[in-house]
Amino acid sequence: MLTFTIRRLILAIPTLLFISLVIFALLEFAPGDPMAQVPLTVPPEVKQAMREALGLGQPWPIRFVKWMYQFFIVEPMYWIDGILGTTWAEGQQRVISWQTRGPVMDLVAQRMPQTLWVVGMSYVIGVLIALPIGIISAYRQYSWFDQIGTFVSMVGFSVPTFFTGVLLIVIFSVNLGWFPSIYDTTHVVNDWDSFLFQVRQMIMPVSVLALYNAAQISRFMRASMLDNLNQDYVRTARAKGLSERAVVLVHVVRNSMIPVVTVIALGVPQVFGGAIITEQVFKVNGLGQLLITAIHANDLPMVQTLTFIFAVLIVLFNLVADVLYGLLDPRIRYD
Amino acid sequence: MKLTTALMGAAAALALAPAAFAERGSDGELKIIYWQAPSIMNPYLSGGTKDIEAAALVIEPLARYDAAGNLTPWLVEDIPTVENGGVSEDLTSITWKLKDGIKWSDGTPFTSADVRFTWEYCTAEGGGCAQTEKYKDVVDVETPDELTAIVKFSTPKPFPYRPFVGGEAPVIQKAQFQDCMGPKAPECTEANFNPVGTGPFVVTDFRPNDVISLKANDNYRDPAKPAFATVTFKGGGDAMAAARSVLETGEFDYAWNPQLAPDVIAEMEAAGKGQVVAAFGTLVERIMVNLTDPNPELGEERATAKHPHPFLTDKAVRQALSMAIDRPLLVEIGYGKAGTTTCNVLPAPEVYASSANDSCLVQDIEGANKLLDEAGWVDSDGDGIRDKDGVQLSLLFQTSTNAVRQDFQALIKEWWKMIGVETELRNIDASVFFGGDPGSPDTYQKLFADVEMYANNFDGTDPEAYMANWACDEAPRPETQWQGNNMPRFCSEEYDAMVAEMAKTGDINKRAELAKKMNDMLMQEYVIIPLVYRGRVSAHSNTLGGVNMHPWDSETYNAADWYRIK
Amino acid sequence: MTRPAAHGSDPVNPSSHDPIETVADTIGEAYSRSQWWDVWRQFRHHTGAMLGLTFLLFITAAVLFGPIFWDIDPTKLDIRAKDIRPIYTAIWDSGAKVSWGHPFGTDNLGRDTMAKLMAGGRVSLAVGWTAMFLALILGTLIGVAAGYFKKLDGILMRMTDLFLALPLLPLLLVMMLLFRDPLRKAFGPEMGIFILIVVVIGVTSWMPTARIVRGDVLALKEREFVLAARSIGTSSTMMITRHLLPNVLSPIMVSATLGLANAIITESALSFLGLGFPSDFPTWGKLLFDSVDRMTQFPERVVWPGICISFTVLSVNYIGDGLRDALDPRIRGR
Repeated sequence: MLTFTIRRLILAIPTLLFISLVIFALLEFAPGDPMAQVPLTVPPEVKQAMREALGLGQPWPIRFVKWMYQFFIVEPMYWIDGILGTTWAEGQQRVISWQTRGPVMDLVAQRMPQTLWVVGMSYVIGVLIALPIGIISAYRQYSWFDQIGTFVSMVGFSVPTFFTGVLLIVIFSVNLGWFPSIYDTTHVVNDWDSFLFQVRQMIMPVSVLALYNAAQISRFMRASMLDNLNQDYVRTARAKGLSERAVVLVHVVRNSMIPVVTVIALGVPQVFGGAIITEQVFKVNGLGQLLITAIHANDLPMVQTLTFIFAVLIVLFNLVADVLYGLLDPRIRYD
Repeated sequence: MKLTTALMGAAAALALAPAAFAERGSDGELKIIYWQAPSIMNPYLSGGTKDIEAAALVIEPLARYDAAGNLTPWLVEDIPTVENGGVSEDLTSITWKLKDGIKWSDGTPFTSADVRFTWEYCTAEGGGCAQTEKYKDVVDVETPDELTAIVKFSTPKPFPYRPFVGGEAPVIQKAQFQDCMGPKAPECTEANFNPVGTGPFVVTDFRPNDVISLKANDNYRDPAKPAFATVTFKGGGDAMAAARSVLETGEFDYAWNPQLAPDVIAEMEAAGKGQVVAAFGTLVERIMVNLTDPNPELGEERATAKHPHPFLTDKAVRQALSMAIDRPLLVEIGYGKAGTTTCNVLPAPEVYASSANDSCLVQDIEGANKLLDEAGWVDSDGDGIRDKDGVQLSLLFQTSTNAVRQDFQALIKEWWKMIGVETELRNIDASVFFGGDPGSPDTYQKLFADVEMYANNFDGTDPEAYMANWACDEAPRPETQWQGNNMPRFCSEEYDAMVAEMAKTGDINKRAELAKKMNDMLMQEYVIIPLVYRGRVSAHSNTLGGVNMHPWDSETYNAADWYRIK
Repeated sequence: MTRPAAHGSDPVNPSSHDPIETVADTIGEAYSRSQWWDVWRQFRHHTGAMLGLTFLLFITAAVLFGPIFWDIDPTKLDIRAKDIRPIYTAIWDSGAKVSWGHPFGTDNLGRDTMAKLMAGGRVSLAVGWTAMFLALILGTLIGVAAGYFKKLDGILMRMTDLFLALPLLPLLLVMMLLFRDPLRKAFGPEMGIFILIVVVIGVTSWMPTARIVRGDVLALKEREFVLAARSIGTSSTMMITRHLLPNVLSPIMVSATLGLANAIITESALSFLGLGFPSDFPTWGKLLFDSVDRMTQFPERVVWPGICISFTVLSVNYIGDGLRDALDPRIRGR
């Protein structure tokens, strides 16, 4: 398994380079203009001069190489400088966003806290409630618990977050006034009261997203459990006198985890990709909002960098899933 | 301990300060929400409305416009004119006298060197300054002493008030930006995010595309202002959420551009926490009629003057399209008090507004039908669509994605159906539609459709550049990389002659007469169909006083005068 | 950790779920019929699945044949009759503006809600089903190929990584740029857009299915029954269709349910990019989105499309459950 992991990690480098090239070409080819948000009253020749100042006059392969240099060489050097106090990156151009003219990585770092607080937390909560719900639903198939679980998860999945989010705001912010409708990203948690405020402002976005995530994962858990509950080995385990608890929680769950692990691993990079709609509804302004505004503003360096980071996480977590398959079912061999 | 002291202090301040005599910072926190989040505090590098308005809290121009569209001195003693000797007789120079004693927020004095530097900064080669148009034809800015700046133009300027005037052209500090000239402009992140200014507030924390925290400027020229100690300038979300946070939940004091249907606004205003105000500038929602053929089979020559449109070149058709529209209803459905009807593409200022086309205010389906009948457009094959010589009156109608515009599209489609014109609707994401990417077929300049709808206006109060948009050589075409503002590809020698004449005319009455004539010509040719004269809207809380929004400058221009109503 | 089939030392615990016993009950009446008849017979006993099937047939019939009986044009504007509330509002609010001419009310431009729901359902169901099947077929094909054939695994999974990483919005814009006009020319405006939307949703949502199917196939192909089948010389095609596919059916069913909901919602998001149907072309997702602003004044405008989407997805989910049970020979007849 170790050789497999190392081999895959090495293979990931050309894969990621290829992905970054495809993304760059795609962004290049997509219609759009970084000047789209400049008012119509600004004359075209001024807009042209602004485009050239952004470096858009150069052919795209040159810009791609420049981006690669900035992202893979200058940014790590800058990072090392920050830790060790060296000056390797002195005078070197970092990856600069076209919208803000600020370094892209600084923005990513700035958006991390709220993304992890809201999107990350909702994912963890989603997984934590989805697994037991899935397991119980399958074990007591067609019980009341299962029926309600099915109903809630299907409604949770098929009613989009742009509706559930606004509904929660109308109920809890407008009518009841319990929770703020706008997330304060500058809020610092340093005592009990500020922690309570943080909880209050997180509660609505987290529950909307957790419902959505839990709905999806619990369905896969339930289906996979149902497949395994009728397998011969379960009967064997029962026959030889294992406790029902051990049969279900050790044997069945472990064997049912493969599709669930896949789904969970697919979802983790999406946490860092942010939750575009929910972030917008609750004004969380995390990575999802950063990406979507960058796309709308055609801020290519920003979109390229964000999607590349996203791609790294996808490749990484799919590898994690593959390794986990081997641990869950030692019969799976990759070598 | 510290907190209680601060609270005691605040309480004492509240008790001591009667509403009439405010003290700097006595009104606590001001919360503003812009659903398009500002990305940078330097308007010279962005040009986006959101960024200009955020920056207006910090940096200021020499003079601004007031609600009536007249200039008012801001950082200067008075407005220079030919009469008071501030503008030279030959109209090639203007002398600004700076107010004495103005300080930057870092405590250093504000001088004419900063004014000169601002011009140098924006016109530096390779800087990509968004406001170079403001400094067009400026050849020099002389600084005979610390408080005098003389702007020299290369040609006579009947209207010399473009450089350093209005929210788009504020003065920036030389000491802060002098190493940021030209290609180095984007590298000065710190300066671009936290500019030193003369305005009422100073940035304490700038988070691009998210939130800006500001505090009162200790060195602001009026010791009693601003009334607010801190400002939170939040961005993100959408117009609905922004309006809700002010009108329904009361979490914010001021929301920018809550562009929503009037019934939705009315419902939210009923909560009694705030109100929506509108101010009318020059923004007109209009339909542009394509006089060239957008047929994809024409390839490279698609939508160029080489191929006239099969039926929109017939004036009767264009006129019928305009007559079929019920403008008062459009206003009622889409804008409410944020809009009013107009029959002109140049609706304001008052001297320029023509009244020759007002017949369009009444919908006339019957008249439109009659006109088409007379022009020979009849439904000969019984499919409900008029035709002539095998050409069907069938249109592709494009616009940007926006709830109000889609409602308008549906309504107009219905009315055009009543006069036997078939319409296919298309809506395009605004970032593509308004982007100038020559590779995209869906930009508003290319107009690969028969008609399109959007809104446009002009800067300030002078329509010369705006009216020049419809000169022949302004037509977007492959040779200009599809840039240009003459979307209908209208071309008339007579019109071009008037454009040239206006550029030479200094007398305001003659200019007004010319502008009106040009407007009337466009209107009576029906190449532009005006729909709604739109105002700029904002929502503010009932506890926020001093808001005096007008269309000629940034909405936040007088934030120093805003206060909390107690 | 205990291996699945390993023996433990816990005392014997008689279980109430005894599969052998329940199977034995039905053996008596299981006289020979075709396999599919058996499946149907089992399916029929599944209450949820039958309810789901009934609802699905009803909603499909309603959107297909409804417009014949309710012949108001869904795009017809009638400003005088705007903002009419549904007829049932009159029960608790006698002053409400209601009309038997518009039993479900009208929108802010006076378009009839019932007609819009029916017209919207046609589009949403057509797009939802087609896009879902496309994504499912693509995902299953790629997943099975990658899981079963070791040589294809690397390349196919890297391709999946690539597709997962591509930013959706620019991808959609590029597809629009490339294919909108040719498709419009070849199939006409409406059919062209339909094909484009279905393909767009299909090719951007097959990846999770592929990853899930591959994971399951990787585990399945090491099982004893596959080994047994291989030892008697079963061909790869037979192996996949007879042994592997039936065993990955349940995750595929779940993907199908989730995929349908996803396709219906995604379709409405596409129209904002100018990629979807024209703005006056109602679909369930768009009806829901357009009404969110007026949610408090006119809750029916969000509730009805929301119910249509949720119940369709719910019924597909139950049908999937029933089908899965019916196709599983171990529990058939329970």
